[in-house]
Amino acid sequence: MAGKITVLDPRGYPPKVVGKRLANRVESLDGKVLYLIDCLFDNADVFMEQLRLWFAEHLPAVETRIIRPRESWVDDPDMRARIAADGHAAIIGVGL
Amino acid sequence: MGLALALEEQGIPTVPISTHVFARLAKATSLAAGMPTARNCFVPQPVVGRTASELRAYIEGADPVSRRPFMQEVLEGLTQPLTDEDLKGATFERSTPRLLEPDTEDNLRQLFIEQNWTDFLPIVLPTEERVEAMLRGTSQAADRIVGRLRPTSFREAWEFDIEKVAVNAVMAGARPEYLPVILAMAASGISARSSSTTSWASISVVNGPIREEIGMNSGVGALGPYNHANATIGRAYCLLSQNLQGGSVPGDTYMGTLGNNWNYTACFAEAEERSPWSPLHVDHGFRPTDSTVSVFFGGWYTHSGFGPRETWKEKFIRCLTATDHFSPPLIVMDPLVARAFVDLGYSKQSLIEWCAENARLPARQYWDDQWITTLIKPHAVAGVEPFASRWKAAPDEMISIFRPEDINIVVTGGETQGAFKMISGRYPARRPGAEPIGLIDVWR
Repeated sequence: MAGKITVLDPRGYPPKVVGKRLANRVESLDGKVLYLIDCLFDNADVFMEQLRLWFAEHLPAVETRIIRPRESWVDDPDMRARIAADGHAAIIGVGL
Repeated sequence: MGLALALEEQGIPTVPISTHVFARLAKATSLAAGMPTARNCFVPQPVVGRTASELRAYIEGADPVSRRPFMQEVLEGLTQPLTDEDLKGATFERSTPRLLEPDTEDNLRQLFIEQNWTDFLPIVLPTEERVEAMLRGTSQAADRIVGRLRPTSFREAWEFDIEKVAVNAVMAGARPEYLPVILAMAASGISARSSSTTSWASISVVNGPIREEIGMNSGVGALGPYNHANATIGRAYCLLSQNLQGGSVPGDTYMGTLGNNWNYTACFAEAEERSPWSPLHVDHGFRPTDSTVSVFFGGWYTHSGFGPRETWKEKFIRCLTATDHFSPPLIVMDPLVARAFVDLGYSKQSLIEWCAENARLPARQYWDDQWITTLIKPHAVAGVEPFASRWKAAPDEMISIFRPEDINIVVTGGETQGAFKMISGRYPARRPGAEPIGLIDVWR
């Protein structure tokens, strides 16, 4: 131990990570409601509109609905409840 | 990202899309949420400023992370059956030990650098003796929980106690008598190492009797490296922010594109005795005898000037309208400037109101801003004033860009010149019923 010293760890205490399963996937999106969530970052609305058009052209059997949270960066339980009520899948973007 | 994971928990298969520079961050966020196999998909950076046809090309092109067709990744992410790994997620405990393995000073210094626990300037190694001495700076128990910090709102928050703050205070070279100030900063819940792409800093202003007790500088060079307390308190806040929140590592827990020199240290005291006006902390409801530290989230821009000279109004208007208006100005002025404004008939409040009244831009310039669009527009569209009126304004209509309550004035400096600065800085909002932010005396 000669010449050795002991020092304290400078890091904080991380929370325990609890595993969560992914939601069951849909076998096919045909005839399903797919929510396209515009997360409100600058130009995300243009991206989501292009995504909507892509589905209309390539997978017209998918019903797409663009939806927006009440503000950026924060959760919107009301919007999630609307999606969970009648949606089958979701795409959210564009995160910067 | 958090929204996508919450939807997964609600039973909705969800694909979050980010630009490729956020790939490591997305992976880390998914893992910390217990869903390491979340179906993240990526498009090239940037999205901002790209035309509809350019964004369509992103959609029809390849995911720059997986190198596979982007839409194939998206569709498979929503439809491909789950694996065992998807079904169980990831559960694990992480711990940070109290003590590191004994080693030589040289090896420990290297370890701290390799682990990104420093600001790459020399540190004082936090031995037990040094930390114990630092803890004598407070009467509070070492294991008392101080608070939680995180790099940004959607990341997990890490918790810390007084001893952990003391460890970082030692590393920064602070003295025990500074510890109550540093604890108040740590308890603010505001990180001095925000991971936002806008390279923020936190600028701290100390008021009240403790300024004199610990010998802070509010004279010549108040904002510069000319005082032990100013320098090391600010540095301690920066170091503790990065280490107690779970890191500040570029590409992972730090995404500020330019970085910010105020992320090294940014703390100064107000020259209350030489100011003609009430001190900052009294403006925010504290007693003059309270010792406080006000943590301003900002540091994004700085404008400077002299005066007030004959054309000061034009100069102020240029500075105010040249700000990035999602971050209001903290106006720092030498006592010479403050007294000259008094001679012109202004109180602090009337000068603030003049600034708010005259900081005006055409609406199209106000709204043509990445963060005004992202952060303010949703409130405007929802009818929240004053943003809704700004949103309804015609493109060339002049609109006010700040409310009086957004603007703060602090007086400091050595009276060698009538100088002022306008520094990006938002005073922290106090939640109803919550303890006041920044009261130092509770940490003595």
